[in-house]
Amino acid sequence: MSISITTTSPSETGNSTNWPEWFSKDQNEAWELFQSLPQPKRTDEPWRFANLKAIDLSDFHVAVPVQDVASLITRSSALTNLAAKLIFANEVLIHNDQVGLPAGVLLLPLEEAAKNHEELFRKSFMTSNVRLGSKKFAALHRAHLRSGAFVYVPKGVVVERPIEIWHWLEGENATIFPHTLIVLGEGASATVIDHFVSSRDERSLAIAVNDLTVETNAKLHYVAVQEWSDKVTAFHINTTEVGKEGVSTALQMNLGGAYVRGESDSHLMGEGSRSVMLSINPASENREIDQRTFQDHFAPRATSDLLYHNALADSSRTIFAGLIKVEEHAHETDAYQKVRNLMLSDEAEANSMPGLEILADNVRCTHGATSGELNEDELFYMMARGIAPKQAAQLIVRGFFGTVLERLENPMLQEHLGEILDKKLSTSK
Amino acid sequence: MSANSSSSLSIRDLHASIGDKPILKGLTLDIPKGEVHAIMGKNGAGKSTLAKIMAGHPDYTVTSGDVLLDGESILGLEPDVRARLGLFLAFQYPMEIPGVTIANFIRAALQARLPEGEELEATDYYAKLYAKMDALSVPRNFTSRSVNEGFSGGEKKRCEILQMAMLEPSYAVLDETDSGLDIDALKIVSAGVNALRGPNIGMLVITHYQRLLDYIVPDKVHVMSEGRIIHSGDKDLALKLEAQGYDWVEKEFGESGTRAA
Ligand SMILES: Nc1ncnc2c1ncn2[C@@H]1O[C@H](COP(=O)(O)OP(=O)(O)OP(=O)(O)O)[C@@H](O)[C@H]1O
Ligand SMILES: [Mg+2]
Repeated sequence: MSISITTTSPSETGNSTNWPEWFSKDQNEAWELFQSLPQPKRTDEPWRFANLKAIDLSDFHVAVPVQDVASLITRSSALTNLAAKLIFANEVLIHNDQVGLPAGVLLLPLEEAAKNHEELFRKSFMTSNVRLGSKKFAALHRAHLRSGAFVYVPKGVVVERPIEIWHWLEGENATIFPHTLIVLGEGASATVIDHFVSSRDERSLAIAVNDLTVETNAKLHYVAVQEWSDKVTAFHINTTEVGKEGVSTALQMNLGGAYVRGESDSHLMGEGSRSVMLSINPASENREIDQRTFQDHFAPRATSDLLYHNALADSSRTIFAGLIKVEEHAHETDAYQKVRNLMLSDEAEANSMPGLEILADNVRCTHGATSGELNEDELFYMMARGIAPKQAAQLIVRGFFGTVLERLENPMLQEHLGEILDKKLSTSK
Repeated sequence: MSANSSSSLSIRDLHASIGDKPILKGLTLDIPKGEVHAIMGKNGAGKSTLAKIMAGHPDYTVTSGDVLLDGESILGLEPDVRARLGLFLAFQYPMEIPGVTIANFIRAALQARLPEGEELEATDYYAKLYAKMDALSVPRNFTSRSVNEGFSGGEKKRCEILQMAMLEPSYAVLDETDSGLDIDALKIVSAGVNALRGPNIGMLVITHYQRLLDYIVPDKVHVMSEGRIIHSGDKDLALKLEAQGYDWVEKEFGESGTRAA
């Protein structure tokens, strides 16, 4: 029996037994909100150019627990020197290894955090308004959410080694709602890598949400390695809040999916805060990657720096719409936004819509989108060294993405993600 | 030193144009393995064009003539195939390739020379790379920098010679590798080039300055003018050109000179 995600209320799915009562109430409210909100239309600004057929979710159902968890645990291998590793399969925690985690750090399934750390949970779980288009789908996420990762690093604690979180998706037409919530207390620092993976080559759905809170002087590196199967529809809704002098560096690598909708909303809340927003998007075949971003400056002397690189092969399609907003009093803001499209095929299509709204004085903002093809002279130079054209093109694309990885300013991550990228680029045709 | 044509880089009556503009107009030149030849000539004479045509640049059309590598024509071959046959071009203006590190670039070039399925051995590769870098005074941290990006003019030229040292070509064309080098760098690069000299390589050195030829002493010097070699001599010809310029040689041997008929 499959349970439809769009016509079954949370109280009917039996999910509520996981959660404290107050959260089950929340879920019912979210369900009502989901039902009351209209399906996005072409005329809605946040859905301009979007493929609305792709977001008809009516034939997806709730995922059932995965049978063969052992093989997924084996397949969840990336870095070896970790602080901790959590593995979820269809939103069920199947592996929890915390050997390298410093004392005081909380790494829990969300439902446990809701039970035992209610105040912390309430303060940071989906607190901001989803305003880049997917409010309806975020409500659906909240309504059906079964689990997820809760990461809390208290004041002053430095987690040296990365925390790795795996979200496996399995089942034809199955849906999961992956969630990662991260709070870094004052002066804390951590690196968190989310892996989003399909266990098989299936058409299925993921509606992922993450909440990143970086308090005063804290420092977060967050990476989402999205490797869904090429048939998956995926929403990735990210909200980041950065406090005074805090730094968030977040990278979305979209290596899979048929239709991927990304929304990244960065709130520069504290003076001198910094948010680096990066994305790497190799698009091929019929993949569509639709990304909407917001760099919202509320405090003076903060910096936001967005760099998105899309390489488009075959009949792939990308959409980028980004807004920089400098609120009143956010003086001496530095805000940058750059999107580069590397067009590898005549059939590919890239749409870029940068935007700017400035309500403060003495700000420095630049934004721009460029599109170009492979540079013939670069190709010739590489061929003159004996490198075949296909490898040369691949190397140029790899370099194009490498310049984004450099912005992580973290050699370990750069190397690790570079290897993942190499593997992806060498297996795609 | 003499060699038969099957062991040389041989350019035979080459005519080539860009669009409908003829640039090479019957150029003949033979560079036997084991020898170093120099080409000098005014700006715009066609020296870089010759170099790029040999390497297979797609913008130029060869209208007649041939280029033979060890007796086999290479004109129909793609640039990467020519390179793998042993031809190397040190560019006058090396390209910047953002995000591709020197180490990965040279590794890809070496990997391309291995049979399918064979992997380059990483430790040997780095040992060799560092040794060559040290010899050319290229700082080791350059391995992780993007190819030519943000390099000074001299660093780019040194990096070209580094690539040549790593790829061990059988014929190398060096297009103004000396320009942009300071005195010390000129000595280092020349020493690097001289270290590669030997019976298994033929070199064509394009330069404007006789000074380079004090360090890399050529077996022959050729003067190029308007797409042809109009005069050849030994290393002393470079001294004479340095002292007297090109006018006399163009008058005597150029279009309007004795060979014009
Ligand atoms: N892509 C091109 N389009 C048009 N003309 C070209 C092109 N490439 C070369 N030329 C012309 O061909 C001629 C020869 O140029 P080339 O670069 O080969 O000269 P060179 O001898 O290397 O000069 P220099 O000493 O200044 O490097 C010049 O007149 C140049 O303008
Ligand atoms: Mg030139």
